[in-house]
Amino acid sequence: MIKMLANIGKYFIMLGEIFRRPTKWRIMRNLIFKEIDELIIGSLGIVAFLSFFIGAVVTIQTALNLNNPIIPKYLIGFTARQSIILEFSPTFVSIIMAGRMGSYITSSIGTMRVTEQIDALEVMGINPLNYLVFPKLIASITYPFVIALSMFIGIFGGYIAGSLGGYLAAEEFVKGLQDDFIPFHIVYAFIKTAVFGFILATVPSFYGYYMEGGALEVGKASTKSFVWTSIAIIICNYILTQMLLA
Amino acid sequence: MIEVKDLKKSFDDKEVLKGITTTYEAGKTNLIIGQSGSGKTVMLKTLLGVHIPDSGQILFDGRDFATLDPNEKRTLRTEMGMVFQGSALFDSMNVEENIGFPLKMFTKKSNAEIRDRVQEVIDRVKLIDANKKMPSEISGGMQKRVAIARAIVNNPKYLFCDEPNSGLDPKTSIVIDELIQEITHEYNITTVINTHDMNSVLQIGEHICFLKDGKLVWEGNSEEIMKTDNEDIVDFVYSSELLKEIRRFHTGKK
Repeated sequence: MIKMLANIGKYFIMLGEIFRRPTKWRIMRNLIFKEIDELIIGSLGIVAFLSFFIGAVVTIQTALNLNNPIIPKYLIGFTARQSIILEFSPTFVSIIMAGRMGSYITSSIGTMRVTEQIDALEVMGINPLNYLVFPKLIASITYPFVIALSMFIGIFGGYIAGSLGGYLAAEEFVKGLQDDFIPFHIVYAFIKTAVFGFILATVPSFYGYYMEGGALEVGKASTKSFVWTSIAIIICNYILTQMLLA
Repeated sequence: MIEVKDLKKSFDDKEVLKGITTTYEAGKTNLIIGQSGSGKTVMLKTLLGVHIPDSGQILFDGRDFATLDPNEKRTLRTEMGMVFQGSALFDSMNVEENIGFPLKMFTKKSNAEIRDRVQEVIDRVKLIDANKKMPSEISGGMQKRVAIARAIVNNPKYLFCDEPNSGLDPKTSIVIDELIQEITHEYNITTVINTHDMNSVLQIGEHICFLKDGKLVWEGNSEEIMKTDNEDIVDFVYSSELLKEIRRFHTGKK
């Protein structure tokens, strides 16, 4: 427990350190673009693939469970929209990203620690936290675009599965999508996404930066980072939902 | 020149450096030797400013690192070059980018000027056909050359090397040692090398500090180390039968 509290304190100290002694802009600019490419653009394929099929499955499952003739078919589209926009895209895609993005961040920074590359930066008088974590943090600002894409493709997957699978007419699905639409739900989803993006950039960086040991510990740090990033996302999800929707 | 005065450093309750006083002169290869756990890595890291000393002074040409303001500390750091045990090359950058990195970070040189300077040091350390290769694509010896090139690219006044020939074959080790010594003489750098490689000690040891249990127990050069009767040194240097035989041959001593 004390170790956990100490780590939380260390994490917040790290957050402060990220902004100290900034790296030259001409170098930072390239690092930011590189991180956007690695973390955001590189994730689009897997996010699109997962979103399409999960959207499709959510639609089929809903259709199979709403077999009462009194319930209108367009509710399948409504349910798919609500599930994807409110939870699947912002929260579950972020947990998947904790595996993809988080492991990449922890292992790359952890390997730099093991191979003394972080020491080399320190000796040169560079703030390693600013050099390594700040670009990831800035790249995470573009993370909501990934989630927007996930929402779109997830709903499209539902539309294709619902209409081509013969569960409901395409028009009914679209009607369900538009029914009782509350624009604030989109705001809520993107507020969550922004917070999750911040967590995805900083928690894995923390585990990579402060890891000790050799190659085996890099693997252990990646696992730990995934677990704690997921826990942080789930807890923040609960708090934000309570604050914004309750 | 680096002057070390009564340097002390502890971790928790363990005193690792117990009042070390010595001087590392410019243009000389200064070696720190000693068994594992003798405090030589802590000594090197304290010289580099990675560890803050508990007491004592480290003067870099009269400048005490501990009392400098942040800007002066930054300036002093740009005057330091470091060759790490495992080379510590940035594996996301190719050889040219690795070497040019300190120039990009700390100078206002244009890309063309950086390219020229990088090529100059690449030629100096005799790196052939490696400019565009990634660190993983070159041998350990070449990685060390890249690390040396990166350390000297910004014309440092002080060069620190942590076990520069660890993991290298004996022939490549000699080449790397000679390269460091040549560079030290050529650019009049104060070079401090942390090593327990006896070939290095005998080959390039112009000033050798022997540490034992955090204390400086002997100072001298490679010729003096061959003749000394200091038991700690004899135990350490002539640990193998081959070296004992060489000592017998040269001095007649057992």
